[in-house]
Amino acid sequence: MSAPHKSGGVARIDARLAACQAEGRAALITFVTAGDPDFDTSLAVVEALPGAGADLIELGMPFTDPMADGPAIQAAGLRALAGGQTMVRTLELVARFRTRDTATPIILMGYYNPIYIYGVERFLGDARAAGVDGLIVVDLPPEEDAELCLPALEAGLAFIRLATPTTDDARLPAVLANTAGFVYYVSITGITGSATPDFGKVTAAVQRIKGHTRLPVAVGFGVRTAAHAATVAACADGVVVGTALVERVKAALDAEGCGSAATAEGVAALVRELAAGVRGAAKSDAA
Amino acid sequence: MTANTKLSSAGSAPVPDRPNSFRSGPDERGRFGLYGGRFVAETLMPLILELERAYGEARADPAFKAEMDGHLASYVGRPSPLYYAERLTEHLRRQAADAGGSGGAKIYLKREELNHTGSHKVNNVLGQIMLARRMGKKRIIAETGAGQHGVATATLCARFGLDCVIYMGAVDVERQMPNVFRMRMLGAEVVPVQSGSRTLKDAMNDALRDWVTNVDTTFYCIGTVAGPHPYPTIVRDFQSIIGHETRAQMLEAEGRLPDSLIACIGGGSNAMGLFHPFLDEASVKIYGVEAAGHGVASGAHAASIAGGRPGVLHGNRTYLLMDGDGQITEAHSISAGLDYPGIGPEHAWLNDVGRVTYLSATDEEALAAFQLLTRLEGIIPALEPAHAIARVVEVAPQLPREHLMVVNLSGRGDKDVPQVADILGGRA
Repeated sequence: MSAPHKSGGVARIDARLAACQAEGRAALITFVTAGDPDFDTSLAVVEALPGAGADLIELGMPFTDPMADGPAIQAAGLRALAGGQTMVRTLELVARFRTRDTATPIILMGYYNPIYIYGVERFLGDARAAGVDGLIVVDLPPEEDAELCLPALEAGLAFIRLATPTTDDARLPAVLANTAGFVYYVSITGITGSATPDFGKVTAAVQRIKGHTRLPVAVGFGVRTAAHAATVAACADGVVVGTALVERVKAALDAEGCGSAATAEGVAALVRELAAGVRGAAKSDAA
Repeated sequence: MTANTKLSSAGSAPVPDRPNSFRSGPDERGRFGLYGGRFVAETLMPLILELERAYGEARADPAFKAEMDGHLASYVGRPSPLYYAERLTEHLRRQAADAGGSGGAKIYLKREELNHTGSHKVNNVLGQIMLARRMGKKRIIAETGAGQHGVATATLCARFGLDCVIYMGAVDVERQMPNVFRMRMLGAEVVPVQSGSRTLKDAMNDALRDWVTNVDTTFYCIGTVAGPHPYPTIVRDFQSIIGHETRAQMLEAEGRLPDSLIACIGGGSNAMGLFHPFLDEASVKIYGVEAAGHGVASGAHAASIAGGRPGVLHGNRTYLLMDGDGQITEAHSISAGLDYPGIGPEHAWLNDVGRVTYLSATDEEALAAFQLLTRLEGIIPALEPAHAIARVVEVAPQLPREHLMVVNLSGRGDKDVPQVADILGGRA
């Protein structure tokens, strides 16, 4: 397997999170769907993210049946598929991004079937070669680690696990066992973009997870505004925003649903607000 | 022992190790060979493990079985009869004679359409509702295609005083209006699902989204032998009463086991319920019938085994209809209950090991069989089992007269009458 980016994979994620920590702040992790609504617009959006303040990028792999996503991200995936997005094009988008930015980690997020059909070995090789650093696959719990998690770690990619409000202390060690990069705490029981979390409970949950791992903990699902971001940044190592950005993509499309130069700028404007929120947050915990 | 079935239809493909029993699955990871598993979001995993524990305890509890048996007898109306379809048998024997043959199998119908609520679905729903009660869950959600599972779920929620939310694709709401009214009369909230292809797979997506949101209070009553482990096992076990009764009834009627079994397959719960108790009976040939829609070659069908390949969706690995990039494609069938781009994982495995032969029937063949059975036997079948009847019509005349064939008549066709009337116009 070729690995042209020797600093890529888990190492690139670790380096970026360590840099944020050295600045005494949480990282801003932004999610957009690859190919939404077309390849060129999506590439422009992704390329605008780091300059606007995104520290890590989650890139959604479109899937017809995203069972953990709310209407906004479902619609983004369908727009991308209608625009001709495929797994090959998603990896190509990452490779194009990497020609200009070798420092910002990219994490592919999605569902297992498109990876399974692409072929796990082929996918891991091509993803690493394209400059992908980590994977979040919603429908692969620890019970199915042999499918992709273990081969991904072997290939030098971080397999980032979701911990949820239903993951109790007895189960946490299994969830954390093979995770790398960071732990993604899902702040609500629910789908993406559906509810605003109880931030008091989120703080307690992050502390609970930190009692089990030295990995950074990022929090997502339901973080929409700069104020939310600041609140979460006070207790967590990373703040994930997705639905609000995907909605911004949609809002910046023209009457025919096509992207334009304004699309990337519309998303970047929100990312700047969120980044200001993250950077302005007072660190309240002992993390 | 080995079963006297044909080997895998894959021909030159390697045949997996032949098990000592075809009834021992799944393994502790919920796998039937390659298939099955627990491909769900972390939020659901703790509950799925709790469900597995609760089901294990219930299965070992004689009080659970006793209560279930009581409801099956007095509320569902079991056992359902095994009925000798004399005029259908004679009709097909005449066809055989007209073609110069002397055969024509003796056809029995397992009358699951006589159950309360009109289909086999109630067998499984009763079991799952009793499990939900054991687990202290007060809110029940379910997906439904034809509406039969939704009606059964709404019925038992009314019976036990539980809140009930049914997810149903908006397309299916249109074509199965009688069942939508029934569910609402029974006190269920019916949510028309507008996402994706607006049929059964999308109803299942939205049910999973509800479950992940309301995981603490809600029991997801899955209607078929699919989904994450342990659902395929739970549903199979509750439906296996169909096969157990059939065995006893055939021994009573004919003094021996049937020679063949045949059932329609969407997810495959009525088929698995009939098949499972017979899987280790080497003399019994077993046929599943998928929905071929406009024909498997047309691309507009719901035949996952004939026209799909292994992938992962809705918590399990199984045969799925998809494009080359792993995107799930829309199924098509005249029958809302078969209009699903997947099949239960145990069926996928039984196909690969060659124990069950999977056939298909088109919309047109099912419609013809629907009318034939109605005219010959005075039994209006649902469009789902009409697919099985369609293959019987073709296969039975070629078999000897002493061949005993059991068809699972999994549901009644009242719900389909408006749709069929639309299609046939004045031709009925």
